[in-house]
Amino acid sequence: MSETKMVKFIISRQDNEDTTSYVEEFEVPYRPNMNVISALMEIRKNPLNAKGQASSPVTWDMNCLEEVCGACSMVINGKPRQACSALVDQLEQPIRLAPMKTFPVVRDLQVDRSRMFDALKKVKAWIPIDGTYDLGPGPRMPETKRQWAYELSKCMTCGVCLEACPNVNSKSDFIGAQPLSQVRLFNAHPTGAMNKAERLEAIMGEGGLASCGNSQNCVQSCPKGIPLTTSIAALNRDTTIQAFRSFFGSDHA
Amino acid sequence: MAGNREFVYRRLHSLLGVIPIGIFVMQHLVVNHYATDGVESFNKAANFMGNLPFRYVLETVIIYLPILFHAIYGLYIAFTAKNNASQYGFFRNWMFLLQRVSGVITLIFITWHVWETRIAAAFGNEVNFQMMQDILSSPFMFAFYVVGIISAIFHFANGLWSFLVSWGITVSPRSQVISTYVTIVIFLALSYVGVTTLLAFV
Repeated sequence: MSETKMVKFIISRQDNEDTTSYVEEFEVPYRPNMNVISALMEIRKNPLNAKGQASSPVTWDMNCLEEVCGACSMVINGKPRQACSALVDQLEQPIRLAPMKTFPVVRDLQVDRSRMFDALKKVKAWIPIDGTYDLGPGPRMPETKRQWAYELSKCMTCGVCLEACPNVNSKSDFIGAQPLSQVRLFNAHPTGAMNKAERLEAIMGEGGLASCGNSQNCVQSCPKGIPLTTSIAALNRDTTIQAFRSFFGSDHA
Repeated sequence: MAGNREFVYRRLHSLLGVIPIGIFVMQHLVVNHYATDGVESFNKAANFMGNLPFRYVLETVIIYLPILFHAIYGLYIAFTAKNNASQYGFFRNWMFLLQRVSGVITLIFITWHVWETRIAAAFGNEVNFQMMQDILSSPFMFAFYVVGIISAIFHFANGLWSFLVSWGITVSPRSQVISTYVTIVIFLALSYVGVTTLLAFV
């Protein structure tokens, strides 16, 4: 039997939230078309590091395995992206894996993405339709608007835009592009637009829209190609008008 | 208003950078360009600017207070960023970094420049061609002025680009590309004005 080709992984690890991180190397037998997840599964099966010493299996988060859930985001060769769609054949070796440090690290490559879900609650990223009786069908949406709104709805809360943003860090409370773009999505919906002012006021608070510094890393890094900076600029326009309305007083809905 | 103090400060910071500071910078560069027409021309212009009616009110409202706010809040903005241009080498991310770097350089330059000219004038020195010639006769100070002026112009031109985004004037990617080109032209044109003026003193 010919010698199996090995793929080298340099993984940034951390035992729990409070300990410091360290680097461990692993070698995984190559299989055609393998992705980073399959390599991590291989390590889990046989947790021996590159020196042949017994180690603990590397922990990571995953769910859908088809780049729609956002759970397996990690920093792969310096770029935050999903491990499921990161194909080993397309990566420079050795492959370096690290957790997205913008988020609290739970263990190894697994991070706590709660801040994004908290931000969605803060900006009211939903459409209130519950009533005591059937409200009937909502208003229709123009097709052209539906098309771009659909692009915004592709957000999978993966956290890549926050990881890439220079203004989302421990020194700032900026919520990042992800919840902001959702405000534009829900404000674009004809029923959602009834609560437009509330959402705009929410993102005009601390750590909101104004903390954006226009580095535009988010739009360059988004795995779903969501026009995040267009959303931010559109919200800048909406909040400009909203600020004048709330300052001078307006009965405009 | 109290709830969105940060929003108001950031918007005010963006606005003041263009109006009045940006307008003042353009005016300052253009008026000083009289130096290329010779000593007399420059002294006449400097004399006119220095003897404008309500001079102290104009200086305070148009220059001192806006620059003070813009500088202090700008430092806060610059030092709350965690720059990552080496990892994410996109054009706009480099501009983001350069905007912060040029802002700090400009602040150092302006502080020295005001000390040497305006504060010196308050102590009785006359601001004229001779004064600038003396300052720029040192090669170090000449280089300092070139770097300072280019930084200030870059900070203004690139800041104008972000002003257009921050106020929701340029929303679409295409409009932001066009404004990038427009601000590059502004940067080059004002740099020409600034550098030719400096050369007139040596």
